[in-house]
Amino acid sequence: MKHRHLLGLKDYPADDIKSIIDTAFSFKEVLERPIKKVPSLNGKTIVNLFFENSTRTRISFELAQKRLSADTVNFSASTSSLKKGETFKDTAQNLEAMKIDAVVMRHPTPGAPLHLTKHIDSIVINAGDGTHEHPTQAILDMTSLYEKFGYLKGLKIAIIGDISHSRVALSNIYGLKTMGAEVTLCGPSTLIPPFIEDLGVKVNYNIDEVIDWADALNVLRIQRERMHGGFLPSIREYRNLFGITTERLSQHKKELVIMHPGPINRGVEIDSAVADSDQAIILNQVLNGVASRMAILYLLLGGKLGEGND
Amino acid sequence: MNLTKLKKQVHLSGGQILDPLAKTITKKDILIENGKIKAFGNVKTSKSVQKIDCKGLIITHGFCDLHVHFREPGREDKETLESGSMAALAGGFTRVCVMPNTNPPIDSPEVIRYIVDRSEECPIYIHPIGAITKGQKGNELTEMGAMLAEGAVAFSDDGLPVTDSAMMRNALAYGTMFDIPIINHAEDLCLKQDGVMHEGIVSTNLGLPSSPDLTESNMVHRDLSLTLLTGGRLHVPHVSSSKSLDHIRLSKKSNDKVTAEVTPHHLFFTDNDLQGFDTNLKVAPPIRTISDQKALVEAVKDGTLDCIATDHAPHTIEEKESTFDLAPFGMIGLESCFGAVNKVLVKENNLNLLNLVQLLTTKPRDIMGFNNNLLDIGVHAELTVLDPKEEWIFSREDIQSKSKNSPFVGQNMYGRIKFTINKGHISKL
Repeated sequence: MKHRHLLGLKDYPADDIKSIIDTAFSFKEVLERPIKKVPSLNGKTIVNLFFENSTRTRISFELAQKRLSADTVNFSASTSSLKKGETFKDTAQNLEAMKIDAVVMRHPTPGAPLHLTKHIDSIVINAGDGTHEHPTQAILDMTSLYEKFGYLKGLKIAIIGDISHSRVALSNIYGLKTMGAEVTLCGPSTLIPPFIEDLGVKVNYNIDEVIDWADALNVLRIQRERMHGGFLPSIREYRNLFGITTERLSQHKKELVIMHPGPINRGVEIDSAVADSDQAIILNQVLNGVASRMAILYLLLGGKLGEGND
Repeated sequence: MNLTKLKKQVHLSGGQILDPLAKTITKKDILIENGKIKAFGNVKTSKSVQKIDCKGLIITHGFCDLHVHFREPGREDKETLESGSMAALAGGFTRVCVMPNTNPPIDSPEVIRYIVDRSEECPIYIHPIGAITKGQKGNELTEMGAMLAEGAVAFSDDGLPVTDSAMMRNALAYGTMFDIPIINHAEDLCLKQDGVMHEGIVSTNLGLPSSPDLTESNMVHRDLSLTLLTGGRLHVPHVSSSKSLDHIRLSKKSNDKVTAEVTPHHLFFTDNDLQGFDTNLKVAPPIRTISDQKALVEAVKDGTLDCIATDHAPHTIEEKESTFDLAPFGMIGLESCFGAVNKVLVKENNLNLLNLVQLLTTKPRDIMGFNNNLLDIGVHAELTVLDPKEEWIFSREDIQSKSKNSPFVGQNMYGRIKFTINKGHISKL
């Protein structure tokens, strides 16, 4: 692996992304076995440092670590303690002093994982930094797409929703572009970041055109607080313009893969029936999340392939 | 750096005098006696004279910075008038104007008097800028008349804009009675929201909340219009965007009561430099794009920008070691100023050294109405001696400020301050 840490997918080499995806498939086989544990990271200590609530990502990481036989510690810091400037550095140095091997961090501020690498020697994995990146989510999304289609190059992926406030979108854009996929963004113009087209993606505000074009839709969660600040007038208006509804999909006679990073707002950005339909691979994404995170931890922490795997 | 009292007689020998007022550069010696300029040219000296070798060096007016934050009173852990003075001398500055966003703010005649009295003890001249509104709250004008009588030289709520247009109108109108500059920190806070950097492709890459250049230029445009309406004097601080420059350039054609400054950091850095999330580059207004940076250089050359001011803004390591959203806005800039602007403007963009020195000496003194007759027999020696061509790397050891929040650390500099002579003292590199 070219980079010691996984901070984001910007400038992350295609070869390394491919290695992670391939390794994820090996681990997915492990997860299908009756005994789902391998000793690959036996003796390694990983801290899950979460400065923001996240049940799903934390459990996914924790499960991945346990499946690899690593020792894990969960550390949840409240956001209020963050307001004291020193806390972050102190927390980091305290962890380091306890002789750990890696930190998986979720933090509300863009750049916080890079900041952490300046204070500690351990390997840092970004589990989401504010509105910046969420690289492991993008990798599990790509693993799921690869599994479904068998290739990424030339694949047409539409990302639907609030792009401006989405770390999932940005990491997906970086990763998918690196792997040669085509990306179109679709959402309210108030929630599309400026100059985003410079990243080599297209923007289209017409959801029906986007559905016609795409092989897969990655539907993002719409947060109700976006109504404040004038980003969105109402959920009703959002659903009319961008909602992935049963009715809308029935007008397009085509096969389409539906993805969602979760948690789903059923009846808001996506209809319940669509989320539960055969074309949705949302639960598969969850399982691939564990496999992908196993692959990432394994490759970054220098586990030995095949060890205890046979 | 060390600061020592001048001997009775001091002989600056072998240097060239750059006179920004007469616009000449001539090889001449200077004799200083009892802190005052005694003679030029072939000077006669006694044996006890303190001879300072200025071979290859430029001797000129002491620099004047009309925009610094010395944090006194209230945040003496970041900077005091003394530590700020040392930072100024290291950068060749003999005279500064301090901004009023202290705690309490400099918003009354009493606090103005406090700063004036305290500055007597300092090795540089320090002039307080009073707040425009009481407590910098934007609701009531301060007692400008009484503050001027105690030594205020201009008014500003810097750090915060005067958001209310009627209040800004009144401040400009009230200021006409005294013919002093009103300095408005131009940022439309509604448009800025929680923006911590310039809105562009880099902010999109970094996922950081950002604000567009209009955040500045809209308010600059408003202030320029209000200046015409009222006949007031407006000084636009730390201009950062190309759009603001367009407004200022146009306005100056019909209004001679408008002046503007630019900071070394807006000339030196671009938003690309924020890729590493260095909180030392978090500043208001934000560092903008390369095209803004180029426009600033052009505006210096065509006179749209009148002077260079550092906006020296000290913050503690603890505050700046925080994450990008929590770190305060601002960076220090006195010590690194000349090496940075001389590199960008003279070395890389062919500005005349003489013109650059004017931007640091006569131009800011004109704006504030300070004495510019500094190279004359009988005047107090207020001089800066510099090497215009030394190449060096700015390091933490070059910082005299109590705070170390400088993004210039590690940067290549061109030109360096060697000595600063002021108030009967000399500081040496």
